[in-house]
This record gives sequence, structure tokens and C-alpha cells, in this order.
Amino acid sequence: MNDRRYPETAADRFEPPPIAFVDRKDREIEIRAYDGSEGAEEALVSMYTAFDPSDRAQGIPPGGEPRIRTWLEAILTDDCLNVIAWCDDEVAGHATLVPDDDAYELAIFVHQTYQEAGIGTRLIRGLLGHGQAEGIEKVWLTVERWNRAAVSLYEKIGFETSNAESFELEMALRLNESEAEG
Amino acid sequence: MKVLCGIGGSDDSLRALERTVDRAAVADDELTVAVVENPNADADVDEVTKRAEEAIAEAGIDAEVRRVEGDPGSRLVDIAEREGFDEIVLGGGRTSPMGKITIGPIAEFVLLNSMTSVTLVR
Repeated sequence: MNDRRYPETAADRFEPPPIAFVDRKDREIEIRAYDGSEGAEEALVSMYTAFDPSDRAQGIPPGGEPRIRTWLEAILTDDCLNVIAWCDDEVAGHATLVPDDDAYELAIFVHQTYQEAGIGTRLIRGLLGHGQAEGIEKVWLTVERWNRAAVSLYEKIGFETSNAESFELEMALRLNESEAEG
Repeated sequence: MKVLCGIGGSDDSLRALERTVDRAAVADDELTVAVVENPNADADVDEVTKRAEEAIAEAGIDAEVRRVEGDPGSRLVDIAEREGFDEIVLGGGRTSPMGKITIGPIAEFVLLNSMTSVTLVR
């Protein structure tokens, strides 16, 4: 998996969180980095326990609160970057970067109530802004190839297909220039 | 039941081996373990064969370990159909750091081509 190809040039600059905006359904949304608080973790658990399983991607989010808690514990650690889209004290969406050797794996979930309102695009840009500020160089993700909406969002942001040979499409993005290569 | 367990040495294939051997001991399955060449696995064919023989001896069952050369997916499907196996068992794929499941090219080929039932062990 280490022979993954990345775009040669780094992506544009993304604005880091906090980012406040009004979504297409007139809801006030704020994107903030995960602060490690118990309240934020519990709000995430609530979002994922109410998450429609038909929007699962390759097994995540898992089903049932115990599995959700185990999964969240693994990705809410200090070496991961997490960003949350809040609507008051409710989680509308969550995006995460999880370290994998020399790169980070990205995933994003927007709760069904908040989909198709422009939140996903802002959320992923906020996560990438956070990642750029933290000096992350390389990001990759997998997406089901039939999920055209997601693929075109990733392409618009600058992700390029790095492996198209299996069920899932693998895409990669260079966030910052590599230090070694100048 | 006549079971064909295909393993190439990846972690998930070794989990499938253990589960299939344990089940064979309880269910009295007629088990054949096919050791295939998986270029993506860390372990080589000799090591994998040894692991399979040890697992079988430990469970105290009678099973065949067979080395299978050539393209793993198509060979497994072919053996299962020609020799009248009831089930093919394979590893259920890798899990990324994020927790996403990705199935490898061998399982993908078998799933799409096999007339025999396929079990992926998670």
C-alpha cells in the first residue's frame, strides 16, 4: 500500500476551523476541531447511533453503540485529526484523518438530516485546512466507485485517483510540499 | 461438508484458516487447505504450508494441505467446481487504520466467479 501515487503539486490552501456559515436549509453550522471533551465524544456517539446504515462505507460506521464507541476510541486519539460540524449542540457531520505510515487516511460522514445542504464540502475543506496547519503532507481515501457525488466532491477539492483496480476507488491528495523535496 | 480453504499468508487468511480448522473439528467437515501464492502477503508459501499443517495437527483433524500454483483466484474456483466442494472459505480482507474493510483481488475474483458458496471470515 506504500506505492500509492500522489499528485505532484500540493493542493490549494484551505481555511482551518473554526468556520461558521448558514447551510442551504438556513441552519447555523459551525465547524470546529475536536476538543477532546467528553461532551463532544458523546455527541458523536449520538450522531453515529442515529446514522442510516445504508450510508455506511466499507464497514464504517459500525452498527450498535458498543461497536461505535470502540471505533470512535480508536480514531479520537491524539495522533488523529478530527473536525466536527455542529448545529447548536448536535453533531451534523464528522471528518477525520487517521495516520497510516507516512500519510493519513481520510473519512467523512454527514448525518442524513444534514445531507445535501453544503455541509460536507465545508467540513472536508475545514479538515484539510486543519491538516495543512498541522503540517500533514499526504492524504488518501477510498470511496465506492458508484458514489459519483462523493467522487466528484473529492475531485473538485484536488484528489486524484491513485488506484482504480479494485471495488473501491482509491484517491490521493498532497496537502503540503514534502520537506525532503523542498 | 466438503470445504476448500484458500490461504496465501495475509493476516486475514490466517484467521480464516484458524476458524475453518476449528469448525471442521466440530462439524466433521472434509477440509482441504489450498496454499496459494499471494504476492501481497508477508509470509512465503513454505511458511504458510507449515502454519496450515500445524493448525490441523493441533486441532487433531484429518485434512489435506495442497500447494496451488498459478493465478490464485481462478485456480481456487476451478478446483472447487471440478472437485465438487460445497464451500470456499477465504480471509475477509484487510482493515485500514480508519477501520474500513478492503477485500483483496483474490477474494474479489472468487466472489464474482464462483458457482460454489463463498465464506469470507471477518
